[in-house]
Amino acid sequence: MTDIALQVARVWKLGTDIDTDQLAPGAYMHLGLEGIAPHCLEGVRPEFAAQVCAGDVLVAGPNFGIGSSREQAAGALVRLGVKAVIAPSFNGLYFRNAFNLGLLLITCAQAEQLDDGEQLQWGFEGDIPVLVRANGARLKGEPIPDFLLDMVAAGGLLNQLRTRFGKSPQPV
Amino acid sequence: MKAPSTLAQKLLAKASGRDAVTPGEVVNCRVDLAMFHDSSGPRRLQPMLDELGAQIWDKSKVVLVLDHFVPERDDGARKIVRIAREWSQAQQLPNVYDSEGICHVVLPQKGHVRPGMFCVGGDSHSPTAGAFGAYMFGIGSTEMLGVMVNGELWVRVPHTIRMQWDGQLAAGVTAKDMALHMIGRFGMNGGQYQAIEFCGSAVQALSMQERMTLSNMSAEMGSQVGLIAPDATTQAWLESVGVEQVEMEGLYTDEGAPATTYRFDASALPPQVAAPHSPANTKAVDAFHDVSIQAAYIGACTGAKLEDLRAAASVLAGRKAAAGVQLLVAPASVRDQQQAEAEGVMEVLRQAGATVLATSCGACSGYGGSIPDHANVISTTARNFKGRMGSASAQVFLSSPYTAAASALRGRITDPREVLA
Repeated sequence: MTDIALQVARVWKLGTDIDTDQLAPGAYMHLGLEGIAPHCLEGVRPEFAAQVCAGDVLVAGPNFGIGSSREQAAGALVRLGVKAVIAPSFNGLYFRNAFNLGLLLITCAQAEQLDDGEQLQWGFEGDIPVLVRANGARLKGEPIPDFLLDMVAAGGLLNQLRTRFGKSPQPV
Repeated sequence: MKAPSTLAQKLLAKASGRDAVTPGEVVNCRVDLAMFHDSSGPRRLQPMLDELGAQIWDKSKVVLVLDHFVPERDDGARKIVRIAREWSQAQQLPNVYDSEGICHVVLPQKGHVRPGMFCVGGDSHSPTAGAFGAYMFGIGSTEMLGVMVNGELWVRVPHTIRMQWDGQLAAGVTAKDMALHMIGRFGMNGGQYQAIEFCGSAVQALSMQERMTLSNMSAEMGSQVGLIAPDATTQAWLESVGVEQVEMEGLYTDEGAPATTYRFDASALPPQVAAPHSPANTKAVDAFHDVSIQAAYIGACTGAKLEDLRAAASVLAGRKAAAGVQLLVAPASVRDQQQAEAEGVMEVLRQAGATVLATSCGACSGYGGSIPDHANVISTTARNFKGRMGSASAQVFLSSPYTAAASALRGRITDPREVLA
């Protein structure tokens, strides 16, 4: 069980059914993450990639991450400094890819109550994500197994393997 | 006495070495088979394995299929394919299939998939193997690296959603129509990453390749797997490709096992069509009778297996595609194409005006370049996301091979039952 002190984050609010093509547009998939990330979400929030700050969080409607198995759709957000995505539901394959790349996903039925631009405090009580709104309201997410929280803390599966094989962990 | 279990629970209990597993719990599963292709595999795995200085846990359990960037169309494709060929040689991988067809079709045809196995694939249509009673799903490249190093991965034991199809499909109506109908009803994340199991008399009556179509498109419902309990049909098919001793004892969902069941009447199902730009935009074919088409694409693991080619040929025998309609056929595997040649199916399609393309993922993954711009296209593939097939201006409608062939014949979207003799 890890208790993380509350962090403050700016909320970027998105709609439902955000798919992997919106996160990692196909036209840039031949490039590395440094080439894909500047185009992340440009179809729905053209200012996003330029204005997002390290530590910000995304809030979205149901079915975040539907579509392809391309893990760059999670890697692009990590590269831009996004700490977490909060939504009522995620595509299963995207869920696995996100944690493998060190991106925290919080499943929260009330996610859509949050406002764009809101300053949100978030952290954990044990394995339960806790969100504290600017008006003091508290929301809880679904519990996240410790091994997935460890993976995020390590910066993803590749960094866990680097440590195991005696190599230095690196940023995504 | 053991509590009643679903097929998914039994497969995961076996893979995790437990007597039983409960929906919701996380278990580590030993991987019986890991498949990847030229796009998701070597070009991503090689640099990471090299950096770690790690070895593949068991090369006999790894299958590489070159199907996405072959035949090579440009320097980018040549580089990706070269990496795959050179790396697999250097690694001495024993199971490599180069330009022999699409991975989800080649894998069972080469005898690699058997009931009861736990498998992962570097492709989102990996649940196709569920048709054989194998637990197989898609994973990203980093997770595949973990499998290469560890030989295992975690699974949260899913709940089971049983799609029970009673009755009998009408002539000219297929597993593809069943799949589109379910996606239209439940949406692209309706499966909620749980285990879908297809069952009922209409599923049991399906041939092996039709079952593969059903399991293949469970990916479009957002489930983790799309399972079908193995039976005599499974056994006979596997024996026909040289698999000996097919073990399938107990591989079914017990009476009283925890599952949500939805029931459908196959007898009442008309052919289905999904409008642009989502497989969930599905309606009965009648809703589209005034839509003209300029191209028909019969391709992909979803829609160009031997039986799909036969279905198209049964509509087009002795006939020609309408003037102004481009008919494109990309058989799903070399084996299927050879059999279709031997049966005269390919000749029927060529006589109908078909251009026969390479046996690879082709235009389905946007690498084929064969879908015309600004055209209405009817396609037997699995996804019609905007731009997926290589043209952002094309309007892609998804259907069965019967419906695609009938539509090619008339030049507009057509119920195949109107033209089948």
